[in-house]
Amino acid sequence: MATESDRRIVDCLVANEIKFATSVPCKQLAGVIDLVDSSPSIMHVPSNKEDEGMGLCAGAYMGGTQSCIIMQNTALGVVVNSLATLIQFYRIPLPMLISYRGEIGEKVACQVEMALHTKAILGQLHIPTYHFQHCDQLEHLDSIIKHAHVCGKPVAVLADAMFWRSAE
Amino acid sequence: MIRYDVLKSIAPVIRGKLIVCNIGSPSQELFDLLDQPSNFYMLGTMGLCSSIGLGLALAQKSQVIAIEGDGSVLTNLATLSTIANNQADNFTLLIIDNGSYGSTGDQPTYAGRKTSLANVARACGCDIVVECSAENTASELEKALSSRRMTVIVSKCESGNVDVPVIDLDPCVIRERFMGEIKRLDETRS
Repeated sequence: MATESDRRIVDCLVANEIKFATSVPCKQLAGVIDLVDSSPSIMHVPSNKEDEGMGLCAGAYMGGTQSCIIMQNTALGVVVNSLATLIQFYRIPLPMLISYRGEIGEKVACQVEMALHTKAILGQLHIPTYHFQHCDQLEHLDSIIKHAHVCGKPVAVLADAMFWRSAE
Repeated sequence: MIRYDVLKSIAPVIRGKLIVCNIGSPSQELFDLLDQPSNFYMLGTMGLCSSIGLGLALAQKSQVIAIEGDGSVLTNLATLSTIANNQADNFTLLIIDNGSYGSTGDQPTYAGRKTSLANVARACGCDIVVECSAENTASELEKALSSRRMTVIVSKCESGNVDVPVIDLDPCVIRERFMGEIKRLDETRS
C-alpha cells in the first residue's frame, strides 16, 4: 500500500519529467514501484539486474527521455563497472533512488554487511550522495534530481529504515 | 566469414540507422568500416549493448539496431526476457555469434558449444527469432527492418578479428553526435 511519502517521491519524478524508470524490487520500495508502474506519464521497465537497468536508462536518456533507477543498496556491488564506464564515462545524468538496507532499524543481519560498504562505494565513485533518514527530507528530492542534470552525473538518494518508518 | 565480413556485408543496410555496437572488436571494426554519427560505440561495460538499444528503442520512434556478440549476451542473458516482455517494434537485436570472446583472444563461449542463443531467446518469449548463416545476415536484417516487428537475429559466423585501431573518439563526443542524430531523425520524421 503506497504511503503519502511514496506519492511525494513519484510526484517529484513526474514533476521533473522523468518519463522512464527501471527498478529491481525491495520491500521498502514496493509502494514507490507500484505507483511508478501505474503512473500514466512514466514508462516502467523492470530490470532483472541493476546493471541491465543502467543500460536501459542510458539508452532512454539518449533517446531524449529523462530516466531514473530504483534499486536496493546491496546492488551497488553489481553496478560499479556500469556506473564508471557507462553512466560516468559518457556523462549521463541518472537519479538513483536507493533503499538503504542494513542501517539502524534493519531486521535482516546480512543486509548490514553491504550497508557497511554502501557509502564507501558511492564515495569512491565520487557520486553525489544524500542520506534520507526522515520523510521531511523529501523536500530536497526535487533539487537532488535537478542536480543530476546540472552535473551530468549519477546522484544517489539513500533512504534508510528510519526514513521508511517515518513515512508510514 | 568472420565478424568483420558480416559487418561489411550489412554496412549498406545499417547506413543512416541508429546503431548501438558492442564493446571491443565489434565497435572498432564498425568504426573502421562505417563510422557515422548514428553509431553509438561502447567503449566499456560488457553486456549492456542490448539493454542500451532497448532503452533507446522504447524512448523514441526511429529504428534501432543493437549489434551484440554471443559472449556479451551470455554476460547479460536476462536481457532477452526484458526484450521479450517490453515489445519495441523499432528494435532489432543482431547477435553476431562467432562462438568466441573475440576481443580477448578468441576463447570459446558456451554459445559455440551446447547453448543455442536463438533457443534461449525463444524460451524468453521473443516472438520473432531468426538464426541465419553469416552470408544471409544482410538479407535477414533487411527483412527484419522492413517487417517493423521486433526481431532477434542470431548470425552464425566464424571466429576471428581484423587488426583495426582502437576508437580515439571522446565518449562525450560519441554520445553528443549520436543524440544529435537521434534528434535530427526525429525532426525529419515530423
